[in-house]
Amino acid sequence: MPWTRDQLAERAAKELRDGFYVNLGIGIPTLVANYIPKGMTVTLQSENGMLGMGPFPYEGDEDADLINAGKQTITELPESVYFSSADSFAMIRGGHIDLSILGAMEVAENGDIANWMIPGKLVKGMGGAMDLVAGVKRVVVVMEHANKHGQSKVLKRCTLPLTGAGVVNRIVTDLAVFDVKPNGGGLELIELAPGVTLDEVAAKTEAAFTVSETLKTLA
Amino acid sequence: MRKVYPDAKAALDGLVFDGMTVMSGGFGLCGIPENLILGLRESGVKGLTVISNNAGVDDFGLGLLLWTKQIKKMVSSYVGENKEFERQYLSGELELEFNPQGTLAERIRAGGAGIPAFFTATGVGTLVAEGKEVREFNGRKYVMETGLVADLAIVKAWKADEAGNLVFRKTARNFNPMMATAGKTTVVEVEEIVPTGSLEPDQIHTPGIYVDRIVKSTFEKRIEQRTVRKRETA
Repeated sequence: MPWTRDQLAERAAKELRDGFYVNLGIGIPTLVANYIPKGMTVTLQSENGMLGMGPFPYEGDEDADLINAGKQTITELPESVYFSSADSFAMIRGGHIDLSILGAMEVAENGDIANWMIPGKLVKGMGGAMDLVAGVKRVVVVMEHANKHGQSKVLKRCTLPLTGAGVVNRIVTDLAVFDVKPNGGGLELIELAPGVTLDEVAAKTEAAFTVSETLKTLA
Repeated sequence: MRKVYPDAKAALDGLVFDGMTVMSGGFGLCGIPENLILGLRESGVKGLTVISNNAGVDDFGLGLLLWTKQIKKMVSSYVGENKEFERQYLSGELELEFNPQGTLAERIRAGGAGIPAFFTATGVGTLVAEGKEVREFNGRKYVMETGLVADLAIVKAWKADEAGNLVFRKTARNFNPMMATAGKTTVVEVEEIVPTGSLEPDQIHTPGIYVDRIVKSTFEKRIEQRTVRKRETA
């Protein structure tokens, strides 16, 4: 069975480490905050100008001056701090954030990612995504394996305008987990969702990939 | 010189002209200069280039200036919340320059600090870098981005003193402090004007040197995505 959205977020949460400063993208990546392991200290950065993002407020406690990058009302924590957008992106571009977990429309076997526009159709903008993929130490993409037409989103080459070139370190989909090997080394399949077979992943993936030694042993 | 003006209209008097460039603070609808945007609408100024992270929503914030066709061009990082924006852009009525959010913030910061250009890794290998100088430093490629200034910056702060020193509140700070530095003229609207000397000098976010005019306003402070959690029952 492929992972559900929540299981995908739970799997992505395994990328967290104690002491990490982390930026979570909009959509499934936001759900990762629900699966931070107990006892682990993870500080969430919101690129509109906050470190130490807290949960949604109780009804009636919403504050229009306190939102996350998805424009949702949130709360502060004892360790929270606010800053300007320039300071926020100094953290991101200066390599001070440990991990960025974000969604994508397409990812390629060379680590390219596209998630900000469909020419002539969808005009939203890149927001902070280009800064995050270029500046954060480790970039993990979390997404459905296929688009709504059933086509693979893990590709040989991206077809949409790029958000970043050669920047993705790991891809977590509802079917499998791939590592993007450095220096154009291509994709390595390192994990399968429970009940998903290697044949199924091969059939549903346009990109070429190798299979990790550990996974070969398990299969 | 007195910096305090009685209302938004007075605070913008003599500053607006057709074809001008305006920076407008805020992230989404958070920390936007609501009343100064209304003031621009009422002034009837046309052909604006507006530098702002977002474009408001259809009926609030900068969206209001889109309905009246007062904006010729937007420089933004994300405009996904505004249907009228998308319509005007796809039909060719509105020019749009997308900047990565960090690049936009840094361009404004640089502009205000007298830095004409800088290099960043953001956008290398993407559409954003097309036509721009790319240079290698320590084995990595960086693209040159230019500093931004504006004829007018409209900014929202929480408190000001009469000298124009500013304090922002929570995530309503966002683009406001950099924009205050990058306007040839900077007009700030605040929730409260306090006597000079009553703000703690160590806690001031933006020094008054950047601020030309101040006006006290009342704000709607619309929430874009109201998200809450359930109270635990005792």
